[in-house]
Amino acid sequence: MELTTIWFVLIAVLWIGYFVLEGFDFGVGILLGVLGRGEKERRVLINTIGPVWDGNEVWVLTAGGATFAAFPEWYATLFSGFYLPLLLILAALIIRGVAFEYRGKRDDPRWKRRWDWCIIVGSFLPAVLWGVAFANILRGVPINAEFEYVGGFFNLLNPYALLGGLTTLALFVTHGAIFLALKTRGEVRDRANALAGRVGLVAAVLAVAFLVWTLAQRSSPAAVVLAVVAALALVGGLLANRVRREGWAFLGTAAAIALAVACLFAALYPNVMPSTISDANSLTIDNASSTAYTLKIMTWVAVVFTPIVLIYQGWTYWVFRKRLGTADIPET
Amino acid sequence: MDALDIARWQFGITTVYHFLFVPLTIGLSFIVAALQTAWVRTGNEKWLRLTKFYGKLFLINFAMGVVTGIVQEFQFGMNWSTYSRFVGDIFGAPLAIEALVAFFLESTFLGLWIFGWDRLPKRIHLACIWAAAIGTLLSAYFILAANSFMQNPVGFTYNEERGRAELTDFMAVLTNKVTLVTFPHTIAAAFMTAGALVAAVAVWHLIRRPGVDTAPFRSALKIGAWTTIVGLAAVAISGDVQGKIMTEVQPMKMAAAEALYTNEQPASFSILTIGTLDGSEEVWAIKIPHVLSFLATGTWNGEVRGINDLQKEYQLTYGPGDYKPNIPVAYWSFRLMIGFGILAALVALWALWAIRRGRAPTSKLLLWSAIALPIMPLAANSFGWIFTEMGRQPWIVFSQLLTASGVSPGTTTGEVITSLTLFTLLYGGLAVVEVGLLLHFIRKGLPDVSAPPVDEEGEDRPLAFAY
Ligand code: HDD
Ligand code: HEM
Ligand code: HEM
Repeated sequence: MELTTIWFVLIAVLWIGYFVLEGFDFGVGILLGVLGRGEKERRVLINTIGPVWDGNEVWVLTAGGATFAAFPEWYATLFSGFYLPLLLILAALIIRGVAFEYRGKRDDPRWKRRWDWCIIVGSFLPAVLWGVAFANILRGVPINAEFEYVGGFFNLLNPYALLGGLTTLALFVTHGAIFLALKTRGEVRDRANALAGRVGLVAAVLAVAFLVWTLAQRSSPAAVVLAVVAALALVGGLLANRVRREGWAFLGTAAAIALAVACLFAALYPNVMPSTISDANSLTIDNASSTAYTLKIMTWVAVVFTPIVLIYQGWTYWVFRKRLGTADIPET
Repeated sequence: MDALDIARWQFGITTVYHFLFVPLTIGLSFIVAALQTAWVRTGNEKWLRLTKFYGKLFLINFAMGVVTGIVQEFQFGMNWSTYSRFVGDIFGAPLAIEALVAFFLESTFLGLWIFGWDRLPKRIHLACIWAAAIGTLLSAYFILAANSFMQNPVGFTYNEERGRAELTDFMAVLTNKVTLVTFPHTIAAAFMTAGALVAAVAVWHLIRRPGVDTAPFRSALKIGAWTTIVGLAAVAISGDVQGKIMTEVQPMKMAAAEALYTNEQPASFSILTIGTLDGSEEVWAIKIPHVLSFLATGTWNGEVRGINDLQKEYQLTYGPGDYKPNIPVAYWSFRLMIGFGILAALVALWALWAIRRGRAPTSKLLLWSAIALPIMPLAANSFGWIFTEMGRQPWIVFSQLLTASGVSPGTTTGEVITSLTLFTLLYGGLAVVEVGLLLHFIRKGLPDVSAPPVDEEGEDRPLAFAY
């Protein structure tokens, strides 16, 4: 395989890791106000992701860094072009990250309420906006001959992109609810399980609609196969959730998100950011990439360190595998 | 002001802000790790209480370091797209490696450390904080390697056809001589900063709460103060080497640091100057002969080149243009960096003196100095970066790309104003919250660590720590 293709795949893998992992902690954050009745329960929800959310977030930093290193033109066009949506994502990630750490630091209900809102809004915005951003990449945006985005902000808010945003939102909420059903006990678990069943149906409908629309614009055999398997995985996950096999259900939504993201990347290949002005302006894995030398070094680094990261992150999940209930939450 | 100026303000503000938390994270992670090691080794509860106390301050600070860092990661693409296209082949690699090698390590092991008190065996739990501390060093190394490329580009060729710099030797980038001196200087500065905070908190408690937890706070004071003092020595030694390398690779920055317009041999160093620094008129200054020669060249009589001479040479090499950075900023930031550092070490020394041979400190003046103490190295750090970065201007990548050419051409003034406003408001609000929290926990004092009564067994025992 060409190095550029390898890096296209690696970047897809990083985004998959990000959406599968941060996907559920966005979901948990969004559901904080819905599933957490009372302070103790809200703390149960937050503590299911407490030890891992920051590690999950690093996946997007690595995806960004890897894009910068392997496809600098892509990084430059994407990040400068999608300026305002990214700004909102940054603001959301800022308030959300601080909220997790600071929320419990004062014994004052008003203080806690405020940080709760930061967690909810800070999880909701990126869950929608990443979908909007990816849909726009797939759809193509106006890019001029200098590879600069020239579309303005409102160009990004088209129906297809909004459907993309709703799809990621619904998927992450479902994924988060199933994660909660898997990681909690007692009433929270029952409520999470029931909610996952309901939101899951909405997510399934949206996801199928979005993937079909995507494939109608841009497609490849691999993408079609991935979309079908993604849909099956989601349905399988929801069925497992119904019979309260929560481990399998979580595997199902995780696989569905992973496969759906893989489908988007497969549909995109070999473009990385198609232009709607002229095909000649489209960014591809060839004209956006770094030199072979840089890619070779980065490949070595990735080959050595990615497994190590996976091992210790996996270990963290093992260490904190126990279900949490209100009885586990200490007084402050 | 146009989009370029605002983008520069935004980058400057957000980076300086990020770097208020960075040195504390780097330094405190090691100090907390050392305190916990002392506890594991000796079993003395004093060390555990200090670990938890300073650990809490560390985590409050860490959260801000993380969220402000994310902004930095995205900002190169958002505001400096032309720059990103130009250097991406080289600059992206250390950035990506930093995330993969350092950020994962820091964030994962800190998560384990925070929540792992009762889940992990003592020694493995201890190893987690050490892993996170090592992560901060790795992070610093790779990001400084990226930054050093902008100060002294090495290991690349310019590709005419693609109009970009391309990597030819990655080891040369990682062993850039600027990186090799910047790293120890920055890390030593980080230790100074963290040491100052640790000592200042201890002084406050010893003076304001005499008789309460005296023994642990005396230990903390000694650890913090010595870290600050030794840190200053390390910063001065590494800074001296840096000065010579800087004179070699960016002579204009050294000339700007002294506001030296004409070549001088031997050159003297002015401690302060009264009057304008634009070279147009005589100014009054306190000067120490030969010192600038030594700082720049390592010999007492070396020649230091002046701004006018260098400006002429740069015009011949790079074409017409103004190659002078902002001289007053370079001049004063350099002095304020050194000055605040020395001041911090003096206060640390005084605090040590005040507790000599079991004495209890009482001085009101010492109390106020201690309250100001953590701010001093923080200010020195900011001025150090302002000097380094603004002294490099007008270049974004020295000798290769002008800052004015690096900005995103498609990003509008309105967009950049929006982001600058948003970041300023958000950062301002968060600063108030974080300082409030730090003060709250500093006042609260050392936690009680006597084991909670275990009334229920196994499954139903509450967690040792939860958000
Ligand atoms: C000398 C050290 C140093 C310098 C110059 C910088 N940083 Fe930093 N950064 C750190 C040292 C550090 C750290 C010690 O590793 C931090 C500080 C607090 C923290 O949580 O980790 C961190 C956090 C941090 C994070 C969050 C990591 C996480 O989620 O765990 C990001 C994305 C960045 N930084 C990115 C940057 C960029 C793009 C910089 C360049 C403008 C930059 N930092 C300057
Ligand atoms: C964390 C410590 C740092 C601080 C406090 C800092 C501070 C600053 C300041 C004050 C400026 C504005 C200079 C001017 O416009 O006149 C600047 C510019 C810049 N710095 Fe840094 N810097 C830091 C680290 C870095 C690092 C590590 C990098 C790259 C890896 C970097 C990249 C840049 C870039 C691209 C600019 C150009 C934008 C501009 O000129 O405003 N900086 N920095
Ligand atoms: C005591 C004598 C000191 C000397 C001679 C000195 C020297 C220098 C020099 C020459 C630079 C510029 C490097 C470049 O642009 O290439 C620098 C930068 C810097 N200094 Fe200092 N410094 C001193 C003290 C301090 C103190 C006390 C602190 C903070 C506590 C500090 C923090 C920094 C930082 C953060 C930078 C920017 C990063 C870097 O380029 O290393 N310095 N210093």
